[in-house]
Amino acid sequence: MSDKKTPKMGSDRVYKTVFTEDMKKDYTILVPDMLPIHFKLIIKIYEKYGYHMELLHNTSRNVIDEGLKNTHNDACYPALLVIGQFMDALKSGKYDVNKVALLMSQTGGGCRASNYIHLIRKAVAAQFPQVPVISLNFSGLEKNPAFPMTPAIALRLVYAVMYGDMLMLLYNQCKPYELEPGITDQLLARWQHRLGKLLDGNDYLSPKPIYKAMLNEFAALPRSKEKKPRVGVVGEIYVKYSPLANNHLNEFLLSEGCEPNVPGLLDFILYCASDLINDARLYDKKTKRTLIYDIGYKVLYKFQRQQIKVIEEHGVFQPPHDFEHLRRCADKYINQGVKMGEGWLITAEMAALAETGTKNIICAQPFGCLPNHIVAKGMSRVIKEAYPDANIVAIDYDAGATKVNQENRIKLMLANARS
Amino acid sequence: MNKIYSLGIDVGSTTVKTVILDGENIIYNRYERHFSKVRETVGEQLRLIRDIYPTETFKVAITGSAGLGIAEACGITFVQEVFSAFTAVNKAYPDADVVVELGGEDAKIIFLTGGVEQRMNGSCAGGTGAFIDQMAGLLGVTPDELNELSLHAKKIYPIASRCGVFAKSDIQPLLNQGARKEDIAASIFQAVVDQTVSGLAQGRKIAGKVLFLGGPLSFLSGLRKAFVDTLKLDEEHAVFPELAPCFMAYGSALHAQQMGDEMTIDEALDKILNAKAKDSIVTGKPLFESQEDYRRFVERHKQSDLKYEDIKTYRGDAYLGIDAGSTTTKLVLITPEGKLLYQYYGSNKGQPLDVIAAKLEDIYSLCTDGLKIKSSAVTGYGEDLIKAGLGVDYGIVETVAHYKAAAYFCPDVDFIIDIGGQDIKCFKIKNNAIDSIMLNEACSSGCGSFIQTFAQAMGYEIADFARLGLFAKAPVELGSRCTVFMNSSVKQAQKDGASVEDISAGLSSSIIKNAIYKVIRAKSVEELGKNIVVQGGTFLNDAVLRSFEMELGRNVIRPAIAGLMGALGCALFAMEKSKNSQKPSGLLNKQQLREFAYNSVATQCNGCTAHCSLTIIKFNDGHRFISGNRCEKGAGIKIENHVENMVEYKYNRILDFEKRKPVNPIAKAGIPLALEFYDLMPFFHTLLTELGFEVVLSEESTRDTYYKGQQTIPSDTVCYPAKICHGHIESLLEKGVDFIFYPCMSYNVDEGQSDNHYNCPVVAYYPELLKANVPGLNSDNFIAPYLDLNIKKHVAKVVAASLSRYGITPKQVASVLNKAYSEQVRYRRSIEKKAQEIIAQARKNGQKIIVLAGRPYHIDPEINHGIHKLIGSLGFAVVTEDSVAGLVDCPPLDVLNQWTYHSRLYRAAEYVCENDDIQLVQLVSFGCGIDAVTTDEVRAILEEKGKLYTQLKIDEITNLGAAKIRLRSLAAALEEKEENVR
Repeated sequence: MSDKKTPKMGSDRVYKTVFTEDMKKDYTILVPDMLPIHFKLIIKIYEKYGYHMELLHNTSRNVIDEGLKNTHNDACYPALLVIGQFMDALKSGKYDVNKVALLMSQTGGGCRASNYIHLIRKAVAAQFPQVPVISLNFSGLEKNPAFPMTPAIALRLVYAVMYGDMLMLLYNQCKPYELEPGITDQLLARWQHRLGKLLDGNDYLSPKPIYKAMLNEFAALPRSKEKKPRVGVVGEIYVKYSPLANNHLNEFLLSEGCEPNVPGLLDFILYCASDLINDARLYDKKTKRTLIYDIGYKVLYKFQRQQIKVIEEHGVFQPPHDFEHLRRCADKYINQGVKMGEGWLITAEMAALAETGTKNIICAQPFGCLPNHIVAKGMSRVIKEAYPDANIVAIDYDAGATKVNQENRIKLMLANARS
Repeated sequence: MNKIYSLGIDVGSTTVKTVILDGENIIYNRYERHFSKVRETVGEQLRLIRDIYPTETFKVAITGSAGLGIAEACGITFVQEVFSAFTAVNKAYPDADVVVELGGEDAKIIFLTGGVEQRMNGSCAGGTGAFIDQMAGLLGVTPDELNELSLHAKKIYPIASRCGVFAKSDIQPLLNQGARKEDIAASIFQAVVDQTVSGLAQGRKIAGKVLFLGGPLSFLSGLRKAFVDTLKLDEEHAVFPELAPCFMAYGSALHAQQMGDEMTIDEALDKILNAKAKDSIVTGKPLFESQEDYRRFVERHKQSDLKYEDIKTYRGDAYLGIDAGSTTTKLVLITPEGKLLYQYYGSNKGQPLDVIAAKLEDIYSLCTDGLKIKSSAVTGYGEDLIKAGLGVDYGIVETVAHYKAAAYFCPDVDFIIDIGGQDIKCFKIKNNAIDSIMLNEACSSGCGSFIQTFAQAMGYEIADFARLGLFAKAPVELGSRCTVFMNSSVKQAQKDGASVEDISAGLSSSIIKNAIYKVIRAKSVEELGKNIVVQGGTFLNDAVLRSFEMELGRNVIRPAIAGLMGALGCALFAMEKSKNSQKPSGLLNKQQLREFAYNSVATQCNGCTAHCSLTIIKFNDGHRFISGNRCEKGAGIKIENHVENMVEYKYNRILDFEKRKPVNPIAKAGIPLALEFYDLMPFFHTLLTELGFEVVLSEESTRDTYYKGQQTIPSDTVCYPAKICHGHIESLLEKGVDFIFYPCMSYNVDEGQSDNHYNCPVVAYYPELLKANVPGLNSDNFIAPYLDLNIKKHVAKVVAASLSRYGITPKQVASVLNKAYSEQVRYRRSIEKKAQEIIAQARKNGQKIIVLAGRPYHIDPEINHGIHKLIGSLGFAVVTEDSVAGLVDCPPLDVLNQWTYHSRLYRAAEYVCENDDIQLVQLVSFGCGIDAVTTDEVRAILEEKGKLYTQLKIDEITNLGAAKIRLRSLAAALEEKEENVR
């Protein structure tokens, strides 16, 4: 086993094991359960490149206990859950702890979330110093020679996100109306399988026919014409998507007879990409990276436009928000300079949802989330002024919060929605 | 055709309400507490109705927070409770503008006119019925008595209302200082009002015709009065419906008319009582498998007991130890051999002085003339008061007392955990000295009083309740956060059919989990050490003790007098101290005690702007005791050789800028005295002044500043420094400035010592939030450009653009910009120089030095509550993190070092490590998420070099009790360390 250290990796207080080339073949890389649909695709991609990954599904109370034990009391809930999930898995006996590595995404920026990976390392190093913790990031924050972000991988990841978003969108728009219980889930599973295969080859690069096939097959599902209240879900990126974190919010909304409207992950990626572009505009601050971000943004935006166009032409389903439109929505309430955490994107998504008829909006956030003080709770007043019938409810998620309280608040919102 | 009635059932968190409608008319209503036996109580209530209407048909709907589960399980129509209220109000009071409803655990506001809006309290649930019950319990009165008391108040104290735990820490010292119960009662109600106004209304004005609903508001006239007075409502506009407690039930009955299923009461009963809950609860292992198991456990712990001696026959020396805790009073009298002559453990009933005096009297009446109390010592919250009142010889800090007592039972002890009524204290012992101290904080306060509150809520005595848990078959898993959350966990468990036994055991284990996971945060048992002594009254509860052993997987030592350890430590300390002294004890003797009397007066200190609330106790022998003061000024003491305090120096330095004014100002520019301006004032003040503006600062922060802006705070969990910013904006608007200049800054100044140089999200973007929530602000009077101070050209351009209407050009800004930057540098240099002066002076005086490390805005006296003065009064010299950070390079870190202000903390820690006589105390604002990252790292830096780490958490609570314990423990630990070296 190698104990080689990458340069500038902190103090001697915390032992860090680096993921090396020779670990690649027989190590299992554990991935936290954030976006079930998307992450399954991402794991497929990494398999193609010779990594063996596993999406964690452990959700017992012990996950939370381990999280509490191994993180600071005031660390936010996503950090707590991810650490809890990792520690629970490492202690479960299910894995050979000498042949396992952990993967965590890292976005950087002024939110404390960019420190999650360090918190994980501290927790892991105390008990499993041999386990490497790998950062998954697009920004070059941490480089890991045996886990490179090559352009080829990056492109596949981007497509995985877009296909994942599409699947999530179609699922949420069909599931509430399905006439044959379970049939939407079946179709979802089939497409997950199919997309995994597509991403293995090169066909994924021409998405139009794939999108069309997806649209057609979902449109062909027998659905009722009944009107159901649409409920938008925005919020901190982990809590918004992860069923473990949000107490299965999507399922709950479906069981309450609503249509969940959960904006896709691509928005968040575009938001990250627009960061340096906004900085350049606001502060006349241009670096080499600004240019790269600019190109990246344009490419991604083009991809999004293409997806929206296909959905619009097909004419059955409601497409995602156009990102440039989201930026304009934000401008009415908040400056795009608010770039920490999910920043202005949350405000923009709330406004865009309200504008397109999804008046009921849940803002899912970890208890005490710093940016959300500003962009979520802080902006609901102005959004309500603009859309008086908008019904925004901020729900805090936390190790101590109970489902009863959360659901009761959502039920109040739904009672209003139906009246 | 049979007549069809409609029945509304409101199952709240503490009560069950039923209303029956015959068409438009209410023909029946009833309100009953359920003591958490939810389903049983609903059943009883239905049977009462059945007695009157045995065969009639009803349309039924259920509402209420605890009703949700029942309704779901039995398939009866459910209506969300706020929505019920809304319906009922529309029907009965169509002209109402606002509805305020306080329930057991929920607080709600409905705005009816000008855009309907319905709000419920978020996850922090202070200011509700449960909160009032809890506070009444703390005062040892019933809620009705509390109400009665409140009507005779003369003074209102500020009490944190956001959560019960916070409030307790505000109330407890008031009690211990002898404040009037009447005043405290009224203050509690005022706190509820403030919480409703700030936490729920959030900027919307509660005006017009206001309807008050819910149990607490209909039963507590004092609370009603507080609402009416605060909202300035006249009789016509404050409506308290007779039906108020049952209003939600009325609403659900109205809904039932529309959408309820028809059934007879028998059918309804059948549905409800036989309903199967769909969620399964998570359960743990039983505490004891058998009676035999339990017997062995009891035997094992019996081994750690003291010997006893009869006080009625004993002759010889004795030593008295007193632990005047926050809720309980403990007292022991021992012989020189450590035999126990007398012990007492009981509630201090809010009057610790009286309780202890009575016990002392009891001792005097029991003992022989041959018993001589040679020396005495006291510890705990009431230490100073008891010492002053009863002439106790020594006062020692609690941690020292506990260690002394633990070492008596187990000389090799290396870990002590004490769970008392209000707090959890843990300390590690290394080399016969206290090495690190962990105390619980506001949001992790599952302590003894918590279980007691639950026992009471469920209608049990604490001892009986605890015993129930011992043999529970399936203890429920309840999580480990705060009391309010725990309430809902319990509610959920009950909904799912958990028995009282299982809940009792579950609560015991949740206290332990809280201690282990949140306070100690031990990653492994080995870390705690081999010899663990547990103490504190809570551990007398066998279920709690057993849970602890099970969770650790190891046996621990619980002395039989676990609840009296602090007192025993005091007695042992008194014995040690008087070993070689012939000085007689100063303790009041029998005669003096008989004459002992006192009265207390509440007043306010005018020594400085902090205006501490003082309680002055006059004893009948003429001497006085003053408490509530933070510094020596309040106590009327003058200190010589006064070393300047860096916090005050910085504060005055910042305020001094206000004196600089241009000759012919173009306009008045306002700068709030808040957040980053405590650091960047020199730059912005100079910039604006040089451009020709008269810069007006907002008022100096006081509690009133906070109240001034509290209505516009949208997020009640944001940190206090941000919350108080709202008041500063109001202050500037009052002062009539032409505009407020408050830039948004993602980036702070790059000090070249970190990976990046961000501000925290709150500091960076608070202007955006203010703009969106403070009604007085608009794009004309609030100028908030996005600035990156590291890019001069851009600053010139953007500042000019933002002030263009005053004719400011980029060229003009550029011409004065260097001056502004230099002023900032000059300020930095001046505080660095001052720090060195203070350190040199302190070294000359032989004083120890503390780096009070926090954020620039922690120099605000309303935010730090005078902690720097407290530290000064303990004999330390104080410097700040930013005044020493520049002297060293950043040490290697295991976190992303990306915030300018936080990066200074790491460097300050590094600086402290290089200086033997300097310690670091980190100041953390409650709710600061970023400090979740920095505190552990600062601790790691310090501990790697063998330094002690002390953290003080601050919020709007003005009580410095906990801070004082920590600081005194630090001082005691340093002394012990030094002694060991010698």
